[in-house]
Parts: sequence; C-alpha cells; structure tokens
Amino acid sequence: MILIPCPWCGPRNVSEFRYADEAKVRPDPNATTPERWRTYLYMRDNPAGWTTEKWFHRAGCRRYFTLERDTVSNAVRAAEASREV
Amino acid sequence: MSIFTNRDGSRDGHHKPAGYSAFDLFRRGLLGTQWPRAWRSHDLKPSYDVVIVGGGVHGLATAYYLAANHGITDVAVLEKGYIGGGASGRNTAIIRSNYLTPEGTRFYDRSVKLYETLAADLNFNVMFSQRGHLTLAHSDSALRTSRWRAEVNKLQGVDSEVIGPEEIKKLVPYLDTSEHARYPILGALYHPPGGIIRHDAVVWGYARGADAHGAHIHQNTEVLGIEVANGRVRGVRTNRGDVAAPVVVNCTAGWSSLISEMAGVKLPITTFPLQAAVTEPVRPFLEAVIVSGTLHVYVSQTDRGELVFGASVDPFPSYSMRGSLEFTEGLAGHVLELMPSLAKLRVLRQWAGLCDMTPDFAPIMGITPVEGFYVDVGWGTYGFKAGPVSGETMAQLIATGKTPPLIAAFDLARFAEGRLVGEKGAASVGH
Ligand SMILES: Cc1cc2nc3c(=O)[nH]c(=O)nc-3n(C[C@H](O)[C@H](O)[C@H](O)COP(=O)(O)OP(=O)(O)OC[C@H]3O[C@@H](n4cnc5c(N)ncnc54)[C@H](O)[C@@H]3O)c2cc1C
Ligand SMILES: [Zn+2]
Repeated sequence: MILIPCPWCGPRNVSEFRYADEAKVRPDPNATTPERWRTYLYMRDNPAGWTTEKWFHRAGCRRYFTLERDTVSNAVRAAEASREV
Repeated sequence: MSIFTNRDGSRDGHHKPAGYSAFDLFRRGLLGTQWPRAWRSHDLKPSYDVVIVGGGVHGLATAYYLAANHGITDVAVLEKGYIGGGASGRNTAIIRSNYLTPEGTRFYDRSVKLYETLAADLNFNVMFSQRGHLTLAHSDSALRTSRWRAEVNKLQGVDSEVIGPEEIKKLVPYLDTSEHARYPILGALYHPPGGIIRHDAVVWGYARGADAHGAHIHQNTEVLGIEVANGRVRGVRTNRGDVAAPVVVNCTAGWSSLISEMAGVKLPITTFPLQAAVTEPVRPFLEAVIVSGTLHVYVSQTDRGELVFGASVDPFPSYSMRGSLEFTEGLAGHVLELMPSLAKLRVLRQWAGLCDMTPDFAPIMGITPVEGFYVDVGWGTYGFKAGPVSGETMAQLIATGKTPPLIAAFDLARFAEGRLVGEKGAASVGH
C-alpha cells in the first residue's frame, strides 16, 4: 500500500487520491501564444526518478496539494510547500 | 535521403535460418538433434547505417522490414534487457482494427492484413487466432460510440457491426446478458476479424527474420546517451561502447521519453503501468474476445485454456512494474459481473508492463526536430497490434526519406499545431 501525506489530513491510502499532473506553471492565457499553450497542455517531462506533482484528495478534504514522488520506486515525501499548488 | 543510395547491396551477414517444417520437426524428433539458435549474438560494431533503440516488436519489425523490403541490412537493434522483455512480452495480445478515426482504422487494418500472412512470411508460427472481438455497450452513450465506430470501420472496408443482446448471447453463452445485471448489456460492437496472437512468437519471428537478413540484435545493450551535432544525430553511447549512426530510431515505448530526452526532443508522453492477470487453464468455452468499457475489463481465452484478463492503466504514472492487490480485487469483481460462473476460477499470475500514453490515444511516428532521429512511440495500451504496420512504414520512411501517407496523421508536430487524432473512444479500455 502506498501512503500519501496529505498536508491537511495526514497520511492516507493512495486510493483516496487522484493524480493531477506534473507540477508546472500555467502560462497566462491572455499573454501566451497557441504553441506555448499547447506545450503546456500536452508536453510532459515524464522523468524516471524524483519529481514534483499535483495531487487531489478526492475522498478526503478535496483539496489540491503538491507532492514529491520517485516514479521508479513510488516512494513519496511531502513537498516543501505542499499546501501550494 | 542519400545515405543508402550508394550502398553496394551486399548482404555479408545474410544467412538462411533453419527452416521450420513438419518434416524437419519429425526428422529432428527422430534424431534428437538440437534446433539451431533462431538469432545470433555479435560484437558491437563502431558504426551502423541504422541504430534502433528497443528490442520489442516495433524495433524488431522495423529492422526486419528495412532489410526485407529495402535491402538496408547494416542495422543494429539495441535492447537493454532481453528482446520482448518490455511491453511486447507482457501484453494481452489483442489484435483488431475497429478504431474510431479513419486514420486509425486504415492503419490498424493494414497491420491485421500483415498479421494474417505473417506466419508464412516469417516461417514462424505466430498462432494468430481470429476468433472475433466484442466491445460491450452498457449505456446509450457507449452504444452510440459503437455505431459511430461501426460506420467509420465499414467506410474503410473493415468488418464491424453493432449487434444486440440475443446475438451476443449466441456468440458468448456464458455472458450475463440478462436485464438484471448491474450494468445490463444493451449491445456490442462486433468485429469478426479481431482476435489474439502469441506475442512472444511474433517477437521471436521478427528477430529471426531480421537476423537472417544480417541485422545485429544486441541484447543487454543499454543506450545511455545520444550524440547530436548541428541538429543532426551522430550516434549513441551504450554500456558496451559508442556507436556512430546517421539514423537512430526510438522504439522504446514506456521508456521513450527518457530516450528522446537524450536527443533533446520533448514528447507529450506519460508512462503508466498496465496490469494483466491469467487464470488456471480450463476447457475451451470462450470463443470471442470480450471488452467492457463500463466495467473497465476485458477477457479472452488462450489456446491453452487460460483466461487472460486486463483493465485500464493504473491510476497514476510510474516506471514501476509491480502489480497491486487493488487491481486483482477490482478485476475479479468486474469479471464476475460479466460471467458469474467464473467465481471458482483461480488467478495464477499477475504482472504489469509500461505504457507510453499520449493525449489523443494515437501513436507518434516519424521525424523529429533532430535530423536522423526518428520516433515510433506513443503505443500506450494498444501498440502490439501495430507492430507489423509500424515496422513496415518506419522502414519505408527511413529508406525513402518520405513519410508514408498511412502514418502522416501521427506526426509529432501535430501537438504544437493542434491537430490531435482523437482515438480515445476506441482505445482506452479495449487495447
Ligand atoms: C498488460 C499489457 C497489456 C497490453 N495489451 C495489449 C493488447 O491486447 N493489444 C495491443 O495491441 N497492445 C497491448 N499492449 C500494448 C503493447 O504491449 C505495447 O504497445 C507494445 O508492445 C509496444 O511495443 P514496443 O516494441 O514499442 O515496446 P516494448 O516492447 O516495450 O520494447 C521497448 C524496449 O526498449 C527497451 N529499452 C528501454 N530503454 C532502453 C535503453 N536505454 N537502451 C536500450 N533498450 C531500452 C526495453 O527494455 C524494451 O524491451 C499491452 C501492454 C501491456 C503492458
Ligand atoms: Zn486531505
């Protein structure tokens, strides 16, 4: 079982959560170009190793948070600014 | 492309593999002689005309068709583990062409055609069993998608039609088609040419064919870096030394983001594990392949009698190939909704493989911003069936420098240009 440290609820089973994409900065829709917007929409780092992600506590507080995870071992640890997304 | 035009066409490495025939089987059985190895090992040469990264069905088919169709034989397939050790040896081997888009339907139909003659072409029994494929619809919207797919398929000349519960019951007597099921079956998309195949045999057959034409298959050879200079690929670095090559092809499916990254090419790919399971063998009772999108499950029975089960990808991306209890539990519940009579059957094995998912559930094939660096990736949960046609078209692209029309819609540039292919309706649960 994988335990995810929710910054509001504490560690809970991964099945309570929904993965919500790699952490990245959303370009300002009014200032960006279509190409840059599509890069944001579609391109992914997809790294093998530690990475920073957004998760959603679906069956709990229903809030988004930031999580660090090793995509090879699935080890997780709370991100430094885990309450910010 | 000019690099192959002056080739002398010599086939130094060409050798005829031992033919497989009923007579040979009988003779060797009597004499007790060993079969020769189906493919050879070689020293890694310092340069090749073409380096293919990844020894799955895509890499090996590309090597085979480069040689068989275009006479390009100075080819190395570099595989970090053993051939077929990736998704090509872990999939549930469903072959079909009843996709949702005209581009997808045409493309996969060509692959089915190639599979139909593959055993004869390779002199290797790939056990292609076209036993029919049923995509169940448990809701009005699923039924509508089925009709849509049937019409797109028919327009492309693919045998595909929507059938009702009575006909489904005739094809699959053990299916619960009653109205009392939790998700009653309203109809199904029926695709008679669909079926299953022996995936390892396909991998081994292509390896043997490529080897016979002189291609080098290098197992335990991991690509660690890719040399690029002035926007052109120059070769690869491996754990066994450097290899120069004017053409490098990325055929690494679940690992393809990592290989592309080495060449500085970004991909819209996320790697998700996909799990499957197999039961103890029982007497043949299930002819067709059954897929249920609503229940997130599919079932087929192998020639040995085992039931093969699969589902959708795991809920979060990962490079881990560990199975989970959640998967088997969910799977068992859903299978029993479909076929309550399987309740006593035991699951023997469970495993996972990596899937390179794309935003539109369509592959990414062809050129990249780095000259000479090609991709044949984005195979997600559905790429085994595409092995033959991908090898054929990638070989054609490499040999002629022109993108074959069959794969034009699958180019990498479509993401930046906003021309997605939209295959999700036919590829998310049904692989
Ligand atoms: C459980 C499961 C069920 C599936 N069911 C179906 C199905 O029913 N029908 C269908 O059509 N498809 C199915 N698929 C998808 C299908 O298996 C894949 O899309 C297909 O096999 C991809 O083939 P490939 O040759 O591109 O990649 P792979 O077979 O994954 O080969 C890639 C190879 O690259 C190698 N590699 C990685 N990194 C390196 C490196 N650095 N250096 C050298 N080599 C490297 C890997 O070791 C691997 O062998 C399923 C997949 C899974 C996991
Ligand atoms: Zn929470």
